[in-house]
Amino acid sequence: MIGLEHYIIVSSLLFSIGFFGVLLRKNTLVIYMCLELMLNAANLALVAFSRYHGGMGGNVFVFFIITVAAAEVAVGLAIIVALFRKRQTVEVEELNTLKN
Amino acid sequence: MTDVFFYIFSTAVLAAGIGVVLSRNTVNGAMFLIGTFLSMAAMFVLLEAYFLAVIQVLVYAGAVMVLFLFIIMLLDVRESAAKKTSVYTWVASFIGLAILIVATVSVVSAESIKTKAAALPEPSGASLKPFGYELFTTYLLPMQVTGFLLLIAMIGVIALSKKLDTDGTAK
Repeated sequence: MIGLEHYIIVSSLLFSIGFFGVLLRKNTLVIYMCLELMLNAANLALVAFSRYHGGMGGNVFVFFIITVAAAEVAVGLAIIVALFRKRQTVEVEELNTLKN
Repeated sequence: MTDVFFYIFSTAVLAAGIGVVLSRNTVNGAMFLIGTFLSMAAMFVLLEAYFLAVIQVLVYAGAVMVLFLFIIMLLDVRESAAKKTSVYTWVASFIGLAILIVATVSVVSAESIKTKAAALPEPSGASLKPFGYELFTTYLLPMQVTGFLLLIAMIGVIALSKKLDTDGTAK
């Protein structure tokens, strides 16, 4: 029978996939998509906890996370477009004005 | 039967997630991401959170991914040569992975997390009524704050997409 631990393992695997994507990819858009992956992994864990403990809190929390993620995507993509307009690149290696 | 579906959809989620990270073409990555979101919605259905499954498809697989694809195609970035990842990044990622593994193992092996089949509570997120009730009673303040956040995000995006002169004033 599938229990809470199965969902948590899937969730943490997905989180680590997104985590490695954020760290190892160089394209800002791909990094952004991997961030969404990590948010979704957290959502899965929250819904699973909510289901197996009979509370409403996790579900409502996921609802808020989805709302905030939508707002975050809109702002983040606007920033990426503004950066691209100014620098003609989306590679993180080339966006290092604040370094040093 | 539910177990079989769980294995099918969890494999789909993880495979599509790996596809997002590994695909060289950004549009392919976005397509894999849609696959992840849809299988994640299926997992929500398995967890009997039907409303969240619908929201997941509508907001994530619909609105967010359309925005992503739109920006990817608008920018039309060329594939650049892969650069070396620094040693520090590798070390940091493996330390992070080790911490995550330890945390997951300790959570999964905890005795309180083992569910007995008989003790499974009624699905609380299955119907819309308790959802709306909770949102407008216990979570009324977060609800209002989220609404405000959406307004701020809207204003921010408008401000960001304005073309600015060199001295910072709008044209």
